[in-house]
Amino acid sequence: MTIKLYGVAMSTCTAKVLACLHEYGAEFELVPVNLQNGEHKQPAFLAKNPFGQIPALEDGDLTLFESRSISTYVAEKFKGSSCDLLRSQNPKEAALVKTWMEVESQQFSPAISPIFYQSIIVPILYGGSPNQAIIDESAAKLGKVLDVYEKKLSSSKYLAGDFYSLADLHHLTYIYYLMKTPYGKLINERPRVKAWWEDISSRPAFKKVAPGLTLGDKN
Amino acid sequence: MAVMKVHGNAMSTSTQRALACFYEKDVEFQFVNVNMGAGEHKSESFLSLNPFGQVPAFEQGDLKLFESRAITQYIAQEYTDKGTQLLLPGSKETMAVLQLWKEVEAHQFNPPSTKLVFELHYKPLFGMATDTAAVEENEAALAMVLDVYEARLAESKYLAGDHFTLVDLHHLPNAHYLMRSSAKKLFDSRPHVSAWVADITARPAWSKVLDLQKH
Repeated sequence: MTIKLYGVAMSTCTAKVLACLHEYGAEFELVPVNLQNGEHKQPAFLAKNPFGQIPALEDGDLTLFESRSISTYVAEKFKGSSCDLLRSQNPKEAALVKTWMEVESQQFSPAISPIFYQSIIVPILYGGSPNQAIIDESAAKLGKVLDVYEKKLSSSKYLAGDFYSLADLHHLTYIYYLMKTPYGKLINERPRVKAWWEDISSRPAFKKVAPGLTLGDKN
Repeated sequence: MAVMKVHGNAMSTSTQRALACFYEKDVEFQFVNVNMGAGEHKSESFLSLNPFGQVPAFEQGDLKLFESRAITQYIAQEYTDKGTQLLLPGSKETMAVLQLWKEVEAHQFNPPSTKLVFELHYKPLFGMATDTAAVEENEAALAMVLDVYEARLAESKYLAGDHFTLVDLHHLPNAHYLMRSSAKKLFDSRPHVSAWVADITARPAWSKVLDLQKH
């Protein structure tokens, strides 16, 4: 039975999972959810994710939501292949992966998501004007987080160590969109962060996902 | 095995989250107080433990961890056979459900509840004025999350299944302070949520965490 991922390719959270699925070479079907028609708030979708957000995943009887738990599930399910994004065989490395996954969740994401929302979602989906005060406040916070990353990346090639892990992967889709805004300078101004971004975004699995990240592109 | 040290402050919800796990697992550790009033969490030596300058931080030999939820996961996994079983190791599916609800706490419950704890508990403690608009906004957000919890807890005793796990534990500090504030009504008005909160906050390990504040 094939894994079904409910979501849309241009969504940061759906694409985060897509990147993980591609890293593992997993077979899956992307089932579109019509956000414009409010499909994600209808009973059929709420039965999959009571918070009414994409993505959701179905694998046989198992239904999951929250992109980071889905990516973790994929990594666990396909453990033992040549891909190892959780480092489960080495408890210390696994603990460091968990630490930097929490950093992405608790430090990075809350700082970057208002920039993404104001710069891209508000003008494109709502035809509104970005709230510059929110952007400026978030850019300052994100700068401080990236200063910590800059220092960390002087002692290891990737965030959790010298190995690519889910901790790095979870950053891909927000940074990809950030680079479409003037705030991409926050990445470009920090040489090690920039080099890390160039490395992780050039991975074949992400190259399959990036073309779908079309929000903000002029048609 | 090298001795485990938890660097933190007993008044910090994040430190409390980590400590609850240590007490549930009944593992020995040293609690090293971080004097936040004196800015110790921003000192060079603390930043070498947690470059984000936040409590808690964890050390065991050359292993240094931070982020309370990473520390708890490490302890729950490493000491799976000791104390309370905080995971659901039976199958990939049960662990996936646990991971899911762990993310729900982190991304749905934590943001509004943390803001409410700041407004209703910490601000008064520090003689700062509560922002009533922020309280209203975050109570509304938390109410929507607790509606989902109410439905979930009608089908299982705890969030990830029928056993108390790390998922429930992660809620303890914020839930504890909110139950002592005007936001308590959000929990009281939802019978399954109310019963769950009463159950998890009555656990002996949680009482040990609260006792630390008395010293």
